[in-house]
Amino acid sequence: MEKGKLIPTRDGFGDEIVELGRNNKDIVVLDVDIGKSCKTKKFSSTLPEQHINVGIAEQNAAGVAAGLATTGKIPFVVTYAVFGSLRMCEQIRQEICYPNLNVKFACSHGGVTPANDGASHQAIEDMGVLRTIPNMSVIMPADYVSARKLCKAAAETYGPMFLRFTRDAVPVIYDESQEFEIGKAIQLRDGKDVAIIANGDTVRLAISAAEVLAGEGISARILDMHTIKPLDNEAVDACIREIGKIVTVEDHNIINGLGSAVCERVAEAGCGVVRRIGIQDQFGMSAPYERLLAINGITVDNIVAQAKSIC
Amino acid sequence: MEDEKLLTLEKTAYELRKIALTMIYEAQSGHPGGAFSSAELVTALYFSELNIRPEDPKWEDRDRFVMSKGHVCPIQYAALGRLGYFAEEHLHTLRKEGSILQGHPDMKKCPGIDISTGSLGQGVSCAVGMALGAKLSNKDFRVFTIAGDGEMNEGIIWEAMMTAYKYQLDNFTLILDNNGLQLDGPCSSIMPPLDMSKKAAAFGFDTYDIDGHNMAEILETFEKIRNAKNGKPKFINAKTIKGKGVDFMENSLDWHGAAPNDEQYANAMAQLEGRF
Repeated sequence: MEKGKLIPTRDGFGDEIVELGRNNKDIVVLDVDIGKSCKTKKFSSTLPEQHINVGIAEQNAAGVAAGLATTGKIPFVVTYAVFGSLRMCEQIRQEICYPNLNVKFACSHGGVTPANDGASHQAIEDMGVLRTIPNMSVIMPADYVSARKLCKAAAETYGPMFLRFTRDAVPVIYDESQEFEIGKAIQLRDGKDVAIIANGDTVRLAISAAEVLAGEGISARILDMHTIKPLDNEAVDACIREIGKIVTVEDHNIINGLGSAVCERVAEAGCGVVRRIGIQDQFGMSAPYERLLAINGITVDNIVAQAKSIC
Repeated sequence: MEDEKLLTLEKTAYELRKIALTMIYEAQSGHPGGAFSSAELVTALYFSELNIRPEDPKWEDRDRFVMSKGHVCPIQYAALGRLGYFAEEHLHTLRKEGSILQGHPDMKKCPGIDISTGSLGQGVSCAVGMALGAKLSNKDFRVFTIAGDGEMNEGIIWEAMMTAYKYQLDNFTLILDNNGLQLDGPCSSIMPPLDMSKKAAAFGFDTYDIDGHNMAEILETFEKIRNAKNGKPKFINAKTIKGKGVDFMENSLDWHGAAPNDEQYANAMAQLEGRF
């Protein structure tokens, strides 16, 4: 996959899960009647004996996944991020996280990427809600390549995990050779004046912002914090210690997502300044994806402005 | 059915009631009513029907049992203790700090618990997932779950039943502990159940209407189910009496979730003892 190519991260999941399923017969995809949209069609046609569709019944999907996991299967529950977090939230908590079962949630339509579907389908609280449940890991890859690699890592690592993908196309950022580890941030660029910590579809904005800042003589470190739980404390601590000025960027409510996780660390360090960019604690609406980001200040210009405000 | 086996099982059901009541008495917390209504069903499962190895609780080919109405777990703990899943001294630790016997069943803490339950309805969904896991892996183990009639208010149960039908889970049996009462009142007034057997049949289940305290009938039904490998999931509508076995607890809303005082405990134990 060539760098710069525009492709949704849900496609990365859809392609990788087929490979994973071929190599591990215990992997089961559990659809809830939106497999076509979540890119599991290739899996269901290639590996039908490892595919289940429980219909439009998300809560039951989580329960069935828990039961399957107790028999040694590795279920991937596939739905939209808003349903794979909130609609089945208590099932996730009680039957999967509490007993620490090996169930993965692979969710498309993260953040405001289901833009024209409107507020009902836009997931702005999902990562925050799931972050508060013990045993759960919460991940949002930045591009197609990292989506594939992090899916593979999730399948190979025991425990409940939530993976969040984009409906919309985003540019490929990584070389195929890049290695990914759950809970370990990727430093995309080093800098000394400000650290920009982003994840998911906003990493591309952080990269552009760093280029603009460089043109103005400001050197920015960029971290792709694809996993917000477990947070890469070491990487955040290095930003606090070495730079002390941090801008967080996420396609998620500024409450309880990446920005909050970073702030928790900074507050406990007792030094450092943070500016959070993300959904401004407001519901979305039907509008173009880039427009919804702009309404919330999730733009290159605003990242630049926030960085300059603390430099 | 040999009379001796039947009598032993009937006695065991009362032994389990005594153990469960003692646990609840010692904890001064728990749910005797629903524990007693399901005593014969639990006994028949653990001491006759389930293919299990108490010395190897995680044996992968074992039959599974899910107590979906998790709050009545003392009756299940009594059975597990009797079977040697854990030392019987644990039976005195119900709901106490550090206990393997949590207020609701915990698969990570207590040997023999196949899935953690406590949030109503979810156990049925998990049990369907287990039965599906058996089918996907071409294994012969079966999955039984007990749900309460109040619990049937939960929508997830009906979602799970649709899945059981779709995937032809004839290795799955949903047992309804139909005692007619739920926490806030009679089921008929809280949420009219109508005819649960007809509903289950409409969802594609083979249905069996039985007296949930008649051991012979329970065992006969299990035998029928064992032989009905017809691609259809099974539903046992077991008519039961909440608080069965202790006169002042029977059909009483007051004993859904209450522990007996000294006098009530002595009275109840004498009644349970007096049965045999």
